[in-house]
Amino acid sequence: MLKFIFRRLVLEALPTLLVLVTVTFFLIRLAPGGPFSTEAAMPPEVMAAVAAKYRLDQPVWQQYLGYLADLARGDFGPSFKYKDFTVNDLVWAAAPASFRLGLFAFVIAVIVGVAAGVTAALRQNTWIDYSVMGVAMIGVVLPNFVLAPALALVFAIWLKWLPAGGWEGGKLMYVVLPVAVLCQHYISVIARITRGSMIEVLGSPYIRTARAKGLPTGYILRRHALKPALLPVISYLGPAFVGIITGSVVVESFFGIPGIGQLFVNGALNRDYPMVLGLTILIGALTIFFNAVVDILYGVIDPRIRL
Amino acid sequence: MNTPTTAARLMRPLPPLPGLDEALAQSIQGRSLWADARRRFLKNRAALASLVILGLIVLLCAFAALPSPHAFDDPDFENMHIAPELATAHWFGTDSLGRDLYVRTLLGGRISLMVGALGALVAVLIGTLYGATAGFLGGKTDSVMMRFLEILASFPVMFLVILLMTFFGRELWLIFLAIGAVSWLDMARIVRGQTLSLKRKEFVEAARVCGVSRWGIITRHIVPNVLGIVAVYATLLVPSMILFESFLSYLGLGVQEPMTSWGALLEQGAKAIEAAPWELAFPAGFLVTTLFCFNFIGDGLRDALDPKER
Repeated sequence: MLKFIFRRLVLEALPTLLVLVTVTFFLIRLAPGGPFSTEAAMPPEVMAAVAAKYRLDQPVWQQYLGYLADLARGDFGPSFKYKDFTVNDLVWAAAPASFRLGLFAFVIAVIVGVAAGVTAALRQNTWIDYSVMGVAMIGVVLPNFVLAPALALVFAIWLKWLPAGGWEGGKLMYVVLPVAVLCQHYISVIARITRGSMIEVLGSPYIRTARAKGLPTGYILRRHALKPALLPVISYLGPAFVGIITGSVVVESFFGIPGIGQLFVNGALNRDYPMVLGLTILIGALTIFFNAVVDILYGVIDPRIRL
Repeated sequence: MNTPTTAARLMRPLPPLPGLDEALAQSIQGRSLWADARRRFLKNRAALASLVILGLIVLLCAFAALPSPHAFDDPDFENMHIAPELATAHWFGTDSLGRDLYVRTLLGGRISLMVGALGALVAVLIGTLYGATAGFLGGKTDSVMMRFLEILASFPVMFLVILLMTFFGRELWLIFLAIGAVSWLDMARIVRGQTLSLKRKEFVEAARVCGVSRWGIITRHIVPNVLGIVAVYATLLVPSMILFESFLSYLGLGVQEPMTSWGALLEQGAKAIEAAPWELAFPAGFLVTTLFCFNFIGDGLRDALDPKER
């Protein structure tokens, strides 16, 4: 098991990260006029800081190695837009809001999705099943940038139950709508996956045996059916994680939440190159790490994977 | 996937003698994989209705802006932010600059559908080529290619695309290219899997035994089988491409003013939601309907081509 973890984290995740960093480094050097030239006038002190930071006077291979060394120390350089701040300062300030939002959305998506999927599977081909799957079908298709304004219109403007935007340090009232928008798609997908695999598992011979022994349904579900039925859900957690991070970009912009997603969009709109570059690599690293963790988790549950 | 029935069906045209090939192939045309698939697809009401609605949307986007007296970028200063009304021929109302939303929604649809189709085309071409190559060559080449693909797949592609657009500028053709270039991974994986399993199928072996050339096997047996899956995933790729573009445009990183797309319209509509909900409603309605249609058609195609995959 330790060997498996080592292989997955050190031999696979690290090289992947290195490829990501290398690809982004060389891609942006293909940009017309050099990576850090903008039409917008840049405060000279920022320009000087960037030139020094990215060693623009040195040969490319030295730039690359220096860049790797900086990243290894977790140093993303100065921001173009906010000249008194480094990218690190801004990311640290924005991280708590995004983390809170993402964590809520992720946990709720998994719990509600699995519960809905299991319910639908147990009541297969009844109106419960059909309504759960109907809602899930809509949830899969409806993009979050349509849902966000729609929910804001209904719950904030018409009913006035919840605020239409803002964060206020993450008070519950301000979290509800963003989390709902962020997790709906994943609830739907997880519900569909769970239903499908649960139906398959419930039809398998060992469940019939357990039933024949006279075990109560709840016990069969918990002890026998749930674990194999959840395997496909676990392999979906990686994509769901990426999706929630991506989705938080839309949700944060719409609801005006001061998080990483908004930082990223503003960086891209203002051409704050170090910010966009740093966040892409940071989020890439997070994703790669999370995918590795999911794989390890999968290996814990299903020993066949470890081989 | 490959069901025994498909395999059996494909076995049938194999001739005992090379000379009979053409004649036999023609005599069974009526019961080919595609004819069967068409029959099954036509029975699927949701998919058929979606096809009709989608056709209507495409026609609307292509031609229906003509009768309107307004241009897409022409501000009507006397009618800014008005609700839909017939008198001024602003059938969907106007936006905050007084531009006609009916024309803009249809124009946006044209851009969105074009990005969807072209992005999917790029993804299908790269993906099929990459997947088929990996599958055919097999061995070391295959594992290196797949490893590379896994590495790419573990990136958050949306961020990479935004990174590219930030550094290279927000050009329309760049959007096509970037979206297509990051979306071929699933396609490549599917095609590779198909090719690998087809290579070892009995009917391919049978064809080989009968003396069918390598090229003949590829064109007559492997390509038609892979095509079904490719068609299904291409149909499902289009809506995800449209979503991708809408996402970028919604954030202001995609299509730039005065051009527009459904995503860009949604962004404006979301800002004006309190004062002018129709600004959101019309583009959202078109976008969601299109997405639904593509999904139903894709599902219908999958069921039609892979009866067992339900």
